[in-house]
Amino acid sequence: MRQRPNYLAGIATLCWLVLVGLPVYVMLGASFQSQSDFSAAGPLSWPAHFTFDNFVSDFQNGFGQYFLNTVIVTVCVVAIVALLVPPLAFAIVRNIGRRSTRSVFRLFLLGLAVPAQAVIVPMFYVMSQLGLYDNLIGVILPTAAFCLPVCALILTGTMREIAPELFEAMTVDGASTHRVFFQLVVPLSRGGLSTIVVFSALQAWNGFLFPLVLTQSESSKVITLGLYNFRTQYGTNVPGLLAAVLMSTVPILLVYLFARRALIQGLMGVGGK
Amino acid sequence: MAWALPATVFFLLFAIVPLILVAVLSFTSWSGLGDPVFNGLDNWTKLFDDPVMIKSLWLSVLLTGLGVVVQTPLSILLGVWAAGSQRNRAVLSAVFFVPLLLSATAVSILWRSLLDPNFGVPSQMKWLFGDGNLFGNQSTAIGVLVFVAAWQFTPLHTLIYQGATRAIPEVLYQAAAIDGAGRVRQFFHVTLPQLRNAIITSMILMIVGGLTTFDTVLILTQGGPGTDTTISAYYMYDKAFKGFDYGTGAAVALLLVVVATVISLIVVRVSGFDKMAGTQEGVS
Repeated sequence: MRQRPNYLAGIATLCWLVLVGLPVYVMLGASFQSQSDFSAAGPLSWPAHFTFDNFVSDFQNGFGQYFLNTVIVTVCVVAIVALLVPPLAFAIVRNIGRRSTRSVFRLFLLGLAVPAQAVIVPMFYVMSQLGLYDNLIGVILPTAAFCLPVCALILTGTMREIAPELFEAMTVDGASTHRVFFQLVVPLSRGGLSTIVVFSALQAWNGFLFPLVLTQSESSKVITLGLYNFRTQYGTNVPGLLAAVLMSTVPILLVYLFARRALIQGLMGVGGK
Repeated sequence: MAWALPATVFFLLFAIVPLILVAVLSFTSWSGLGDPVFNGLDNWTKLFDDPVMIKSLWLSVLLTGLGVVVQTPLSILLGVWAAGSQRNRAVLSAVFFVPLLLSATAVSILWRSLLDPNFGVPSQMKWLFGDGNLFGNQSTAIGVLVFVAAWQFTPLHTLIYQGATRAIPEVLYQAAAIDGAGRVRQFFHVTLPQLRNAIITSMILMIVGGLTTFDTVLILTQGGPGTDTTISAYYMYDKAFKGFDYGTGAAVALLLVVVATVISLIVVRVSGFDKMAGTQEGVS
């Protein structure tokens, strides 16, 4: 019954594809056009003469520094999340009967509902007091903290799927908690691990509010802030601006393409054992 | 327990402590230099006499409501479609995902450029867009904000509905078909009721997300024209980090959290979601 094509939803889907595709098309078209060609031909034009000048001028205006800072922030946030969340999820899954563990779990569930805006003023105060204002560390710490609730939820979900018999078997063999964690839980949670790595990387790469409020100088700006800057600076140089937007999204798309495969492999690893 | 400690301490320090601090700071006056000075209820009494504040709360609720109204039917439709078994579905679903990967900054800049009053699409299609300046008056500016939010977040909600639709037992459709229910009736009597929990989850995400929209407003409209799109989150930023009145900014932030929590609780209570009533009752 459900195999018949659903025309209404099909049409809605096609409309949606056009809507998703349009800005991407304009971004690609504008990035490889000179500013004069773009103004003459309009936003929906495709470049008649391809040029890389926009990308060159973006780098002359500091894009390289922004890019480097974003890479630093992203790598550090992912590292913190990958170090903190697996032991946390392990503790939650193995001891959920205990009251203390349940309170910890509830704390993180509560944290799911806290928006970054809620804490931005005190965060500014705390970072000023710690001397971390205008320092990438000051951006990394809260960004990582705000990734924790979702990542904890995802990973506890994955770890719950591990059969209790496997834990029993290892314990009977006399394995320590450390061995159970590193030789059983971590390998069997690869799918969930890839997911939290991708999620936190996305959050860090796309973060805007924390960098906006907690950094100031050119040397500590990340890409999103750089784009925001370019927008006011460039005025009518839309191609230059969109070329920068394009460059800011390419790494994400690459990670996404790569991570999709890693995700599937991780899931197959669990199923195969 | 030692295993959970590092993450918990880290989270307390950089998420929960600031959340408590925001309440404390809302009773102080602080200009960013020196130490905050306790000033009692000053910020709060000023806020409730402030017409822009009241307007910003109303605008936040309006934008959020419009977001829910636009995105929910769209994402249910797309999600149910994506859960089916059409050819090309996998490829299309991957493309759907793209807006979710882009930063709000990138999304806002893209649409701002596309809709620019001077050289964007509307300036070339004046028969459709009037003077072509969508950012020049309140209703079109709000329309743009709702549209861009839908563009960015519908894929997320589509994914939620896609997963939920896949989980509906096939036997329900077979039973409905035997009873002679057509496709439309099946949708309204089987699919929609079964999606109840997904609808609540997605609505709460939309509400919290909508009330805390910030980047998009900053880049697309700067709260303008005038204060016509100055939603509370933007007003907070404006007060604290542009007006150097951090105490009032903290008060607005706290107000925003309270409003978001209350609305989410109401949704949960009204829907009966808190009783965790399974959608599968009566299936077996």
